[in-house]
Amino acid sequence: MHRRKFLGLLGSAGVGTIAASTAQAAGGKQFEGYPDSFSVLFDSTECIGCRKCEQACNEVNNLDEPEKPFDDKTVLEKKRRTTSDAYTVVNKYEVPGKSEPVYRKIQCNHCMEPACASACFVGAFRKTEMGAVTYDPSVCVGCRYCMIACPFHIPAYEYDKVIEPRVMKCTMCYETRLIKGELPACVEACPKEALLFGKREQLLRLARRKLQTYPESYVQHIYGEEEMGGTNWLYISGTSFENLGMNTDLGNTPAPQYTSGALKLVPGVVALWPLLLGGIYAVSRRKDKIAEQERQESVEQAVAETKEQAKKELEEFKEKAERDKKKEVEKAAQKAREEAQAERKDEEGGSDE
Amino acid sequence: MSDQETGKGRSSLGPFHIITGLILLFGVFLTVYRFTQGLGPMTNLSHEYPWGLWIGFDLLCGVALAAGGFVTTAACYIFGLKKYHIAVRPAVLTAMLGYLLVVIALTYDVGRPWRLPYPFVVQSGTTSVLFEVALCVMIYLLTLIAEYSQVAFEWLRMSVARSMVMKVILFLTVLGVILSTMHQSSLGALYLIAPSKMHPLWYSAYIPVYFFVSSIVAGLSMVIVEMSLARRFMRRKMDEAHERGYEDVVLGFGKAAAFVLAGYVSLKVLGLAVENDWGYLVTGFGGLFLIELLGFFALPAYVFAVAARERRVGLVKWTALWAVLGIVLNRINVSLIAYNWNLSVGEHYFPGWMEFGLTIFIVTLGLVLYRYCVTRMPVLYEHPEYTDTH
Ligand code: SF4
Ligand code: SF4
Ligand code: SF4
Repeated sequence: MHRRKFLGLLGSAGVGTIAASTAQAAGGKQFEGYPDSFSVLFDSTECIGCRKCEQACNEVNNLDEPEKPFDDKTVLEKKRRTTSDAYTVVNKYEVPGKSEPVYRKIQCNHCMEPACASACFVGAFRKTEMGAVTYDPSVCVGCRYCMIACPFHIPAYEYDKVIEPRVMKCTMCYETRLIKGELPACVEACPKEALLFGKREQLLRLARRKLQTYPESYVQHIYGEEEMGGTNWLYISGTSFENLGMNTDLGNTPAPQYTSGALKLVPGVVALWPLLLGGIYAVSRRKDKIAEQERQESVEQAVAETKEQAKKELEEFKEKAERDKKKEVEKAAQKAREEAQAERKDEEGGSDE
Repeated sequence: MSDQETGKGRSSLGPFHIITGLILLFGVFLTVYRFTQGLGPMTNLSHEYPWGLWIGFDLLCGVALAAGGFVTTAACYIFGLKKYHIAVRPAVLTAMLGYLLVVIALTYDVGRPWRLPYPFVVQSGTTSVLFEVALCVMIYLLTLIAEYSQVAFEWLRMSVARSMVMKVILFLTVLGVILSTMHQSSLGALYLIAPSKMHPLWYSAYIPVYFFVSSIVAGLSMVIVEMSLARRFMRRKMDEAHERGYEDVVLGFGKAAAFVLAGYVSLKVLGLAVENDWGYLVTGFGGLFLIELLGFFALPAYVFAVAARERRVGLVKWTALWAVLGIVLNRINVSLIAYNWNLSVGEHYFPGWMEFGLTIFIVTLGLVLYRYCVTRMPVLYEHPEYTDTH
């Protein structure tokens, strides 16, 4: 039996069991990484760059027909990325030291803990139990933060649509095929064994066996096993993943963890700021109050002082007045005396005449 | 008297009216174009650059530059710095208009603007930083409207409503500070999720702190810039108290900005050291980073300090403008230069002319609304019937 078909069958058998257990899962079970989820393993040593997967994907998703037909190989001369018209693209890479070019298929990697889902503020993305990351256009606002977040540059946007633009990306054929127990369209269309479908655990085991059995043909790494916390689309290759234009510096931290720290601080801010601000307010109020008190005190003192002063002045004035009066009286008496004397003199003088 | 003046202002078509009129007319065209042709023909946005000028400038800079509202109300009402009281109303007005325009700009940017309430009414993505930003911005806009309503009520002589707002002003202020702390920093945190796409010099676990601290600088500087502009062009609307208090505000805020900028620069250097990014400084991006950090943050910090100490009001004003440009440069660097820095040459983004056009339209709309409010309502002067604002 053809191994791909075998795995495919195994896969579809699994689909049945998983589909049966979704009801259970919906009953409040928390996300734990879905150990039974499905995966696709891409083997770049098998890929011949025929673009059959691109064609199958285009058809199953009813996407616009491309300018150049799918059997036109000149398309491969340019590096392409996923767009709103192509959920998947195959690129050609010239690898130093190899006479034959190497191909790589690009599509959503169906991260185990997707950045896009964590970033979406309406929760439009869902990591299904089957492993596929799906998107619900009926709630999408079109903020495009998911596109900022995706470390693999996958989601695309329908910029040309005015009324109902959508985010566009590979769905692992979740609704079109998986839930019906069928293989993803691209996997089925692949004429080689470049794409294999199955349970993630199983495919990891298979990949490891390949790396062990043909160590000279493979780089000893399964891309997607750990990257960004692990993905459901896995890659093995005969040449370094950098040569295939893949980012090997992503690290193994799942994307949501980068923001959870900042988000965890939020309750702290909400709880502590009011206390802090209230404290500052109280201090500034107290400062104001003290200042006010001091002001009042000084005013009172000033008033008291002026009163004192006034009293003193008044007394002085009284004293002075009294003194003046005395003087005045004395003066008057003196004057009277003088006058009296003068009169007497006059009288005496008059008698002399 | 003032009626006569505004009447004159309305009847004579000065250059202000002609230019703004033309821009607003052009804005109407852009609006029609946006909602009939879509984002595709209007913008240079791409699958690699889902966020362009409207997010980098209108959202990130718009929110940062509107920070004057929370900075000034906090200084006046919470820290009890009463001499800044005259700056409160203009700052709250600009903040309110700023946030209003941010929301208006977003309706052009998102794909289905009529769904903007969805995160709150249909389904919430609570793991998203953007959810937090959206929630805070929405509540804060309402808070600012409530704070500003005081002014509108005075204008409309609705004393009861006004005194009700006055009673909760402290609560609104505290709420405003909390919300601002959260979303100013979260705007930076938006980029935390994409470490592989950001240049290491701008990506940092501390980016929320950088955004928050620099927003305080933006707020202080914008208040200085606004007050200077208002004094220049709206002087007839200013009362004695504003005239007298103006220098205090400019010098005080300038001094505060010097401190906060210095703190910001130290934080950035600390961040570089902790994350050991020194090596990148000798690259081209390193050059840009140094121009930003030294030329637009460290240097203004120094000049602010000198100008404030020597009481050189004019120099503080120009430095404030300089610091504002620094904030804009930083936000653009984060959102458009550092983001996707490792893409190959042809894939980079430069805004289309209609994107610039819409941004100019939005800013103009803000100016017109500001002028409308300031010429009619007691923003730059105290309403003669309500003088108990302290
Ligand atoms: S590859 Fe990107 S779009 Fe696909 S699940 Fe991961 S984060 Fe989401
Ligand atoms: S564009 Fe849509 S799917 Fe993507 S984050 Fe925004 S609302 Fe969610
Ligand atoms: S799994 Fe389906 S949607 Fe994804 S690339 Fe393959 S055919 Fe396209």
